[in-house]
Amino acid sequence: MLQLVCIKQVANTETRIKVAADGTTLDPSGVTWVLNVYDEFAVEEALRLKEALGAGEVVLASVGGAGVTTTLRNALAMGADRAVHLKTDDPAPDGLQVARALSALVTELQPGLVWMGKQAVDDDASAVGPMVAEMCGMPCVTVVCKAAIEGGVARLEREIEGGRELVEVPLPAVLTADKGLNEPRHASLKGIMAAKKKPIDERPAALGAPGLERLALELPPPRAAGRIVGEGVAAVPALVQALRDEAKVL
Amino acid sequence: MSILVYIEQRGGAVRSVSRETLGEATRLAAVLGGPVVGVCCAAADPGLAALGEAGAEQVLLAAHPAFAQYDSAGHAAAVTAAAKQVGAKVVLFSASSIGKDLAPRVAARLSVGLATDCTALAVESGRLVATRPVFAGKAFQKVAFPASPAVASLRPKVFAPVSAAGAVAAVSALPFEWDASAPRAVVTGLAGASGGKADLTESEIVVSGGRGLKGPEHFHLVEALADALGATVGASRAVVDAGWRPHGEQVGQTGKVVSPKLYVAVGISGAIQHLAGMSSSRCIVAINKDPEAPIFKVADYGLVGDLFEVLPALTAEVRKLHG
Repeated sequence: MLQLVCIKQVANTETRIKVAADGTTLDPSGVTWVLNVYDEFAVEEALRLKEALGAGEVVLASVGGAGVTTTLRNALAMGADRAVHLKTDDPAPDGLQVARALSALVTELQPGLVWMGKQAVDDDASAVGPMVAEMCGMPCVTVVCKAAIEGGVARLEREIEGGRELVEVPLPAVLTADKGLNEPRHASLKGIMAAKKKPIDERPAALGAPGLERLALELPPPRAAGRIVGEGVAAVPALVQALRDEAKVL
Repeated sequence: MSILVYIEQRGGAVRSVSRETLGEATRLAAVLGGPVVGVCCAAADPGLAALGEAGAEQVLLAAHPAFAQYDSAGHAAAVTAAAKQVGAKVVLFSASSIGKDLAPRVAARLSVGLATDCTALAVESGRLVATRPVFAGKAFQKVAFPASPAVASLRPKVFAPVSAAGAVAAVSALPFEWDASAPRAVVTGLAGASGGKADLTESEIVVSGGRGLKGPEHFHLVEALADALGATVGASRAVVDAGWRPHGEQVGQTGKVVSPKLYVAVGISGAIQHLAGMSSSRCIVAINKDPEAPIFKVADYGLVGDLFEVLPALTAEVRKLHG
């Protein structure tokens, strides 16, 4: 079975956000780029399934600019077989556009499973997985925190408000990964060396027209300065009084 | 030209987040015009007429036995049919578990973009503009919708419901196509129910614990305060990664983003990725023994002290208040 894992290169979560000159995107200067953390779980789960089956292929796909190669190589070093880099100069295509580009690849490769993270930790849109599924006529389960895949059926758990939902879905399907699905491996030295020789197929991303018009990226107004109500147990009554009478939240 | 609102139900009860979404739809309708129409997928009518009081003029009921559980394929077909039937110019969801799953499917079916997890909607020069947090709230993105309908999901606990006492919504059946042959994800059960406690993202009050608790065996101090406040327990990434707490409790950029009216951070230093997940809370309280901890920079009220002494005293004081 061919598994397609869609990954995104994002700014490290410790990044202090600066707005680029265009006023609508992240200023890339000084940013450390990493594999989106939820996509790591997706890559790991696909690799584990391939290892369990003892057969098949794990193919990575990513939409982005030239710098994405580094992140693709890092994910190849985890053990994926090859990658497709869907190239674009747009620093922030929207979910509909990315889903269009990926769905064309899904149609071409006919994977048994399409994996990706539940969201990218930059635009936080959580849109691409279900959109790809709709465009390709596949079922989709999002925010998967436990997966058992056997005999063409995936038995999954996903977190919902106040509990976990148990879901069954026939393959082929699109699955989006949540934290807790697994503990992603670190690339071994051997993996890193091997990744240098693995093929990355570069082609233009067929994004189509934007689904959203980007008007602005803005930093939130700083919170008004708070105050220290005091130290230790002695300050507890003052804290409770402030919460009740000033903030009116109790 | 209507404003369509997806009405969410679980177990035959309409979820309160839908009243928030209806509230915003009502405010938009006052500017953009058009009736506010709800669409609900359920096995049987969960009392939709009562949503008149929350601002719905009309509610379309897509009834099917499979809708006793969330059925993503069926819901997407029904909501898309409703959007076409009422000529929706705006389609709104709550950015809940269901809304996050469903809204992108509906947008894809309608071949339009989607603004998820919005914290504000406004009409500027006659067009809808959505504001949405990105980088877990470290920045806000403003977007417009080049095509119609505009599809957006709204962050829970941000938008106020309205109250039109005595108003009744007209409920009618929605014809939609049930494609029995389509491969679909089927919900087979529920597990790990939290005993009726509100989810982190939908709680009025959240009490989160961090590494300052020194071990999972001390989290009962956080739980006791949460109990006294009627709050939900959260946790920092450090303690989740250490295995002290389940990842479902993690607040921050790689966990949940919350905006309760009161957020209490206990023994949490305030790493940037944690701050990203809670700094939109209305009131923030920090309890930490280190007066230099970054958490105090975002806190409205700070208390410097040993949490092992402060927490039991605070819990007792809150209990006294609630009598």
